[in-house]
Amino acid sequence: MKRLWNARLSTWLAAGAGVLLLIGYSACSPSAPPSSSRGGGTSDIANAAQRTYVAPGDLDEYYVFASGGHSGNVYVYGIPSMRHLSTIPVFSPYPATGYGFDDDSKKMLGGLTWGDAHHPALSETAGDYDGRWLFINEMNGRVARIDLRDFKTKQIYGPVPNISGNHGSSFITPNSEYVMVASRFSIPIPKGTYAPIDKYATDYKGVIGALKIDATTGNLDLGFQILMPPFDYDIGDAGKLTSDGWMFLTAYNAERATGKLEVTASQRDRDYIAAVDWRAAEKAAAQGLGEMIGGVRVLDPAKVPGLVYLMPCGKSPHGVAVSPDGKYIIGSGKLQGVTTAFNFEKVQTAIRNKDFDGSEDGIPVLKYESIKDAEVEVGLGPLHTQFGPDGMAYTSLFVDSAIASWKLGEWKVIDKVPVSYAVGHLAAAEGDTVNPDGNYLISLNKLSHGRHLNVGPSQPESSQLIDIGDEKMKILYDAFTEPEPHYAQIVKADKLKPIEVYPKEENKHPLAIWDVKDAGVTRVGNKVTVKIVAVRSTLTPTSFEVQEGDIVTVAVTNIEQTTDELHGFGLLDYNINLVVDPGETKTVTFTAKKGVFPYYCTNFCSALHQEMQGYLIVKPR
Amino acid sequence: MTAMLERTATRLHQPVGLASRACLLLAAVLVVTAHFFPLWNLTMFAPQYPDALRLDIFDHALVGGNGGQDLKEINLLNHYIGMRDLAVEDFTEFKWMPFALGGLALLFARAAVFGTLKELVDAVVMFFYFGGFSLWTFGYKMYRYGHDLSPSAAVKVPGFTPPMFGHKAIANFDVYSFPQAGTYLMISVAVLLVVAFVLAWRRTGRPAGRAPRKVDLELTAT
Repeated sequence: MKRLWNARLSTWLAAGAGVLLLIGYSACSPSAPPSSSRGGGTSDIANAAQRTYVAPGDLDEYYVFASGGHSGNVYVYGIPSMRHLSTIPVFSPYPATGYGFDDDSKKMLGGLTWGDAHHPALSETAGDYDGRWLFINEMNGRVARIDLRDFKTKQIYGPVPNISGNHGSSFITPNSEYVMVASRFSIPIPKGTYAPIDKYATDYKGVIGALKIDATTGNLDLGFQILMPPFDYDIGDAGKLTSDGWMFLTAYNAERATGKLEVTASQRDRDYIAAVDWRAAEKAAAQGLGEMIGGVRVLDPAKVPGLVYLMPCGKSPHGVAVSPDGKYIIGSGKLQGVTTAFNFEKVQTAIRNKDFDGSEDGIPVLKYESIKDAEVEVGLGPLHTQFGPDGMAYTSLFVDSAIASWKLGEWKVIDKVPVSYAVGHLAAAEGDTVNPDGNYLISLNKLSHGRHLNVGPSQPESSQLIDIGDEKMKILYDAFTEPEPHYAQIVKADKLKPIEVYPKEENKHPLAIWDVKDAGVTRVGNKVTVKIVAVRSTLTPTSFEVQEGDIVTVAVTNIEQTTDELHGFGLLDYNINLVVDPGETKTVTFTAKKGVFPYYCTNFCSALHQEMQGYLIVKPR
Repeated sequence: MTAMLERTATRLHQPVGLASRACLLLAAVLVVTAHFFPLWNLTMFAPQYPDALRLDIFDHALVGGNGGQDLKEINLLNHYIGMRDLAVEDFTEFKWMPFALGGLALLFARAAVFGTLKELVDAVVMFFYFGGFSLWTFGYKMYRYGHDLSPSAAVKVPGFTPPMFGHKAIANFDVYSFPQAGTYLMISVAVLLVVAFVLAWRRTGRPAGRAPRKVDLELTAT
């Protein structure tokens, strides 16, 4: 009986345990939290649909220039539709526009066929976008200039001497005097110098540099550089209005560590924001102070004091942003839950009073408590901050996968909107100028995690459009943007005045011709020049003959002056594809190999586009 | 019969009055002004050309819209159907029309100064001859361009005549053709000449001895 009782008891216990297990199991598998489903109800969908719908034929309000990361391109989108409008190839060849195939753009690429584009910067006048140029950096140490008159890359400057891993770029000063460059990977300088890794803390150097922008042409040129401790210089923003003349750059790895940086560079509680008095540096360089290293004037703050101060910032900072009025410098340590608002006036006072807390290689470190105004508890993994009107600030939270809005001066979070997923940069409409627009913000997310039709393991990036018109932020649209948006600039459409064709009168190309009568072959020794006219629907000459081994330069002039009448020149078996815009002349040079090679118009132009073809005939020697 | 001819001859030598002279002077000015305005306009819409291609015809030139680009585009499109380029140098009209307008202005001024019915009649006849001939040559040119198509054209179309006035659908184009300011000025000139002639005719036809009407008195008094 007792045994039976025991058996019954154990049965009951087993059953009870089973029930508990079931309860426990169901408790451990909750449904997804509301934040990760669309939520909001139908009225929000209706609002979002209405806000983002741009009817066929209608135009968007804003241009978005988004960095294409390691694609090397800049992508142009429209807001509010988030439609992809155009791709501007910068650091990579792009057959669609023939970029990197003609002589000029090939030369500009300098033999490199990729670049990890990062931070686009629109040119500014008095701290506002002026719609002239767009600059963008890449990690190999180059900065490119895109002319917004024709949306074309006009210059790739660099690799800049001494700069290694140009991540802290291409932040621009309020009157487009300089574009900043900075090393993320400190190395011994000049490039080519040897130093073993255990000498990292002393022999490896960080460098912060300024490239001079020509005020009329926008052309970049070597400015000056500042020798820095071997930290990793990451992101910058120029001071504006009251803080004009200063540049702020975050620096992680204050530990000067090497090896497994995720651990070794995360030991100290604070890293730095380097505050650079670029006007003082400009003056010092003009006076011939410092020394020439790698062909550029490099100022050592230990020998030329007053150029740089270090502001202690939360652990492993990524983003730094100067408020529209120039009064606050917002820095976020990505391994902290707060973002810090530094007061520029307090920074100046601390510098005047020598309120220092030690130094790094002769650069004074300011006292954190003396220069900070507030710590805003924004959430986990704060990265970048952008601004709206009336002191509104928006901080991206990588770990929380959200964007927090808060107000300058009040230092309290107002709203938080979950984004999908893991936001890196964010961009608000004209949100880094002295006059932010508000209205829209884009969350540039690192992960999209299946919020789209499955396209295999190579998942697209996601950019979400957010309505910041009201206190309550609202997700309006999921766009799956080209990889990888690091940062973007959003500019009101009417600030740009692009052309539609290149006016014939402006074409000063020495090989340009405008009449089919002038088309044909000229020879000097083994150098052959072929002038080709492209116009609907013939490439003239329709065939030409050269000798095997000739150095052939083909110059194609598109004599059209009509919008959208582009012509291509694809030469089979030569890896050549030019695309020539109306009014433009492009050349390509190659060595002739024997045989017969068709060429044809690659860019669809007209009803008789298919007939727009010809033959290169190469006689054997 | 002879008497009638004599009467007419006498009448032709009579002065036309100040009102007619004023009309003639104004006509001279307007005829010169017409040189500076387009006489005719053709506007062509197609799906690919929502902003239309525009062509203004002056007495001395063809001017395409969009800074001249539209004319190049029209020629470019026309080459597919084997139409000759509309080239200013192919039109003798652009040489003689400004010359003729200048001549007409001088003729009107002459009539205004000499002031007899004879000169006025010359002016009216020459103007209407000029106007009629110009319209005919315009229409004929339109016809020739639309019919003299190259037999080796990529796209074979039957000969056509663009509209002189109003709308016509040609392939994918909706073509609108209307007179412009220059032509309206010329019409004003025609009206002025008719008014001048009617006034002069009535004045010169007055039986001898009949007292001039008040209005004539005032005009002759000045």
